[in-house]
Amino acid sequence: MTYTIEGETGPWEVVIGLEVHAQVTSHAKLFSGAATAFGAEPNSQVSFVDAGFPGMLPVINAECIAQAVRTGLGLNAEIHLWSRFDRKNYFYADLPQGYQISQYAHPIVGTGAVEVTLADGITKTIGITRLHLEQDAGKSLHDQHPSKSFIDLNRSGVALMEIVSEPDMRSPEEAGAYLTKLRQIMRYLGTCDGNMDEGSMRADVNVSVRKAGEGFRTRCEVKNVNSIRFVMQAVEAEARRQIEVWESGGEVTQETRLFDTARGVTRSMRSKEDAHDYRYFPDPDLPPLVLEQSWVDQLKASLPELPDQRRARYVAMGLSPYDAHVLTIERETATFFETVAKGRDAKVAANWVTGDFFAALNRLKRDISDPPVTAEHLGELLDLLADKTLSGALAKQVFEAMIETGQAPSVIVEERGLRQVTDTGAIEAAVDAIMAANADKVAEYRGGKDKLFGFFVGQTMKAMAGKGNPALVNDVLKQKLG
Amino acid sequence: MMRPTDLTLAEGLEALDKREISAVELTQAFLEAIERLNPRLNAYITVTGEKALADAAASDARRAKGEARALDGIPLGIKDLFCTEGTRTTAGSNILGGFVPPYESTVSANLKRDGAVFLGKLNLDEFAMGSSNQTSAFGAVENPWSRANDPDRRLVPGGSSGGSAAAVAARLAMGATATDTGGSIRQPAAFCGITGIKPTYGRCSRWGIVAFASSLDQAGPVARTVEDNAILLRSMAGHDPKDSTSANLPVPDFRAAVGRGVKGLRIGVPAEYRLDGLAPEIAALWDQGLEWLRAEGAEIVPISLPHAKYALPTYYVVAPAEASSNLARYDGVRFGLRENGSDLKDLYERTRARGFGAEVRRRIMIGTYVLSAGYYDAYYLKAQKVRALIRRDFEEAWGKVDAIVTPATPSAAFAMDEKQDDPVTMYLNDVFTVTANLAGLPGLAVPAGLDGQGLPLGLQVIGRAFDEETVFAVGGAIERAAGFTASPQVMA
Repeated sequence: MTYTIEGETGPWEVVIGLEVHAQVTSHAKLFSGAATAFGAEPNSQVSFVDAGFPGMLPVINAECIAQAVRTGLGLNAEIHLWSRFDRKNYFYADLPQGYQISQYAHPIVGTGAVEVTLADGITKTIGITRLHLEQDAGKSLHDQHPSKSFIDLNRSGVALMEIVSEPDMRSPEEAGAYLTKLRQIMRYLGTCDGNMDEGSMRADVNVSVRKAGEGFRTRCEVKNVNSIRFVMQAVEAEARRQIEVWESGGEVTQETRLFDTARGVTRSMRSKEDAHDYRYFPDPDLPPLVLEQSWVDQLKASLPELPDQRRARYVAMGLSPYDAHVLTIERETATFFETVAKGRDAKVAANWVTGDFFAALNRLKRDISDPPVTAEHLGELLDLLADKTLSGALAKQVFEAMIETGQAPSVIVEERGLRQVTDTGAIEAAVDAIMAANADKVAEYRGGKDKLFGFFVGQTMKAMAGKGNPALVNDVLKQKLG
Repeated sequence: MMRPTDLTLAEGLEALDKREISAVELTQAFLEAIERLNPRLNAYITVTGEKALADAAASDARRAKGEARALDGIPLGIKDLFCTEGTRTTAGSNILGGFVPPYESTVSANLKRDGAVFLGKLNLDEFAMGSSNQTSAFGAVENPWSRANDPDRRLVPGGSSGGSAAAVAARLAMGATATDTGGSIRQPAAFCGITGIKPTYGRCSRWGIVAFASSLDQAGPVARTVEDNAILLRSMAGHDPKDSTSANLPVPDFRAAVGRGVKGLRIGVPAEYRLDGLAPEIAALWDQGLEWLRAEGAEIVPISLPHAKYALPTYYVVAPAEASSNLARYDGVRFGLRENGSDLKDLYERTRARGFGAEVRRRIMIGTYVLSAGYYDAYYLKAQKVRALIRRDFEEAWGKVDAIVTPATPSAAFAMDEKQDDPVTMYLNDVFTVTANLAGLPGLAVPAGLDGQGLPLGLQVIGRAFDEETVFAVGGAIERAAGFTASPQVMA
């Protein structure tokens, strides 16, 4: 189903392209040795290069290049062995050099593609136009003093990847799915932590609307949206605004806008006429960046398994596509699952991880990086189930005890005597006692009231403190009740 | 013994080694000369006498322990474009205000490493933009030479390294650092009757040197002799991981090349350098220089550099373009001059209007224009293409010759009130030198004679990339043949 927005003149399609700025995970900045940790004291991570002091020169950080190449490979994109850094010239107080070093004409990564899965299970391919490296600017703080602005240069010079998509998305959901997928890929690769609330990932959202079958109409760019939810809201808000403009006989003009998250509307930042002339030219301080194919091949060979590959592998292991999807969203979850499943029944492992384990995470408001039960212990629990030491019900009891105590399941089973009873003699004795105490019910059952079977199971298990092997209990009851 | 200030750098090293003089005495002699003559010449913006004497004393102590280094105790001046840790660095501009760098440029650090003593910071055209040292915010520098028939008319020392050349010529330093973007080492060296070399682009690190035009800027020495230049360059040069354009190549023993001779070398003479209206004295000196080299066993080969005639306009597009971007950082926000304004834009405008002089503002405007949308292709891109053709001209020439010899400048030093009609007249000073910058090649200016007014004239030797040794060999041969012994009227 195509997503459309109903206007007075009928349905409108929405066309979306995204420019994502992703902070490269690295210890040092793109062109200086200064550190990049989030949340440090203002201006504590600034070298003379980052502050644009006289005579300072940029020197490229090889790790940032490797991270961009890894990301490009993860986006199934073309890696350009020859790329170049340009200067984008403009004045701002938090841009110390008076220019941003970026890759304008010759980016390090060219066209690629990302496959996204939508809620209805349909997959869609979103084209990647390019990925280039650039420096981040510093931060202006306007709220620290009544008449002065403060500048924090900690971010100045931090490496960013700008990932530009084709205008391939047609709904807020697709934009959200694309961003989620992009973040997932980069987290798998370890190239960007994707923490949007720390500013590690931000998006410029290009939106236009059109009638079915038309070419593209004029687009507007909504700058610097910092959460996936806001991106989805901004798409819709901007699309609705444009529809209103077109339908009232006006014309959408190309401009840069901001999303007001409080009011849920976009507002104009600057029009095309006010656009800067950035006077791009090759940075004479940096020779062209030339990569060896063999180096790129090495990086490719050492890439971790990506979410799509991993999901396919899980399905091949017998998991449902849904479980495979859920388990691969975060790399840590997949790693956890694989530890649990190692040498065990993958489906049973998946059921436990997505079932009781996820429920526990939610209930305790814990994160996969800080699980209440280790993957090793959970695996052990599955072993106790498999060798019939525990019944399903007992296993759930032991699982809760594991959360409470952090102990290994074998210890809990021993200490609390939770081993299930598989001794038929003991079960028969318990069944006999129950039948003797409930002669009337036995008669009713034998008279055709089949539903009472559950009552006998419950009573027997209760008498055995829940430890009776359920299958054996069933067998004995069936046999004795006749 | 000669007066200490008359010693060449090589002689100074020898005298120090033989304990004929101490570094402190040598430094003292230069500081006295500066005190006496600098008020007139204005070659130094900042004199660091106390520090120089302390460093000289430390040098003497090293020498006493037998730990003397390559330049131990040699008093040098540093062009005020090199950042010097703890010593104000101005770039000849008001915009840097009282900027005191917390770091030392790689080139000056290399000289310190080798034991040199810094006397102070030398005057220059503002941001090295100029050919007369008249654009300095710290006042013009006077050439220590004067015309025989008009001795009171004050002459320019050339630029932008006018302070460096004037100081060395007047014996206010044994040698000096300089930088050359379009001729800023070679033209002032020629105007002041001394020797200077702009090495191959990438030979000296640009780290810590206030940038003018990054793809053209290159540091080099000026000194009284070719040999002194060779000694200084060896200390200044070398790979620097902090400059991505610095060449990772070993630094040869340049001094050994000076006396190598020119026997069997092929010397190119570019037809295009014989400009219409070339002063007869200059043409004659050029011919004389070639004759000396032929007499020493070199073969003189006519060559063509067909795109050389476009070099000057190409330079005056590329250099301002880069400068307009390089100078954006002088915005009053983090260091240097700040003129407060009603808002950020007003602060920028006031700071930059007050901080930059007219020539710097002109070049920022030109550079901004040639990079702007709609003009980029016609100016900047076209200039880059011509630059590639100029490079190719040289590549082809190197198939036929080992070095090229040309005049260094189209005239001798001019008077302070001359060539002020329009900027282009001034820009024409660079006509013989800019090609080497555009092609990144080494170029050396060596004094070869005097004009009819008794003013020095220089010849230029251009060599292959990273073949400064041949350049020194040819320069050494010209120097020996010329026997240039004239000295300026104003001298310590």
